[in-house]
Amino acid sequence: MHEWALAEAIIAAAEKIAVKEKLREVKEVTIKVGELQQVEEDILRFALSQLKPSSFKNAEFHITKARTALRCRTCGNSWLFRRNKLDEATAEAIHFVPEVAHSYIKCPKCGSPDFEITEGRGVWLENIKGVR
Amino acid sequence: MIDPRAGVINERLKMIRRIIAVSSGKGGVGKSLVATTLALALARRGYKVGLFDLDFTSPSTHLILGVRDVQPKEEKGIVPPIVDGLAYMTLVYYSGDQATPLRGADVSNALIELLSVTQWGRLDFLIIDMPPGISDAVLDLVRFVKRIEFLIVTTSSLLAFETVKKQVSLLRDLKVPIIGIVENMKMNAARTIERETEKLGLKFLAGIPFDPQVEETIGDTAKLWNTTIANALKQIAETNVTLN
Repeated sequence: MHEWALAEAIIAAAEKIAVKEKLREVKEVTIKVGELQQVEEDILRFALSQLKPSSFKNAEFHITKARTALRCRTCGNSWLFRRNKLDEATAEAIHFVPEVAHSYIKCPKCGSPDFEITEGRGVWLENIKGVR
Repeated sequence: MIDPRAGVINERLKMIRRIIAVSSGKGGVGKSLVATTLALALARRGYKVGLFDLDFTSPSTHLILGVRDVQPKEEKGIVPPIVDGLAYMTLVYYSGDQATPLRGADVSNALIELLSVTQWGRLDFLIIDMPPGISDAVLDLVRFVKRIEFLIVTTSSLLAFETVKKQVSLLRDLKVPIIGIVENMKMNAARTIERETEKLGLKFLAGIPFDPQVEETIGDTAKLWNTTIANALKQIAETNVTLN
């Protein structure tokens, strides 16, 4: 239920935006989830439904998955993260703190662990719509 | 696109009475040993204490504590296990013995992640073992943790103390309280660092003599408890790091 903590963060951030934008009622929240963190969509959705405040009661949560792109800083090679190449324990460690990917993943071309996550790391709040 | 994590950090830390970063200008001054021993000294005075190893690329508090076979629990976030009476959190739970080469942005991301999902609950003190220097981890911690205070560790070397001066200057610019300075691994009775600390207008907390026996206590906190460093930290826990 690590997703619960992320859901709390999403609701807190969305509420802040709603206040700033003077939204009386929030209708739609779009969340982007990077593949690297392997967030369980069902659990996240359930946590969001339990945590949402009254101004979000009719809000729809759209969760979109984003692929994870990695780029080697040593040789410049770009590649996509594949969950199925990792054992269970490694995948779980990366789920909790995506940066530990640097302990386990290496550039498939040159073997360097010095790569950057150019796309799809973790959870992002992409958009929020509502009525004033 | 908004990163939602940072907004919940102070919510996660709100039931902690004092948050103290144990820091140093340079590495190798015994900062992790001071942080761990201070946490243990406070816990043995009956306080509820957490220890958080933020030295992601060179963690060592798990070795000092002799941590093995424990993992955080998942419960609406991550709940740190209790190790030697301390709520203890480290990246090592996830990175194992592997090298974790992180650049600045990765350090920030890992730090924000752990601060936003760790459920510390009610604590009297959270002691944070910082990486040396004044780079991303220090700047991020000051940015995200509203009530942070620093305790700085140095050796007797003026080279180490020169970097301490820079750290003090930065923390003052950022309006962060500094509890004082600990001089560790003293090789003689010289009071140079004590005088330099006073010149900075800071409290000199202790001058701890170099103790060759300390190395033998690594992984065994019962042995650590009887060293000169532990005695000095017990004194600091009694007089300088208290609740009101």
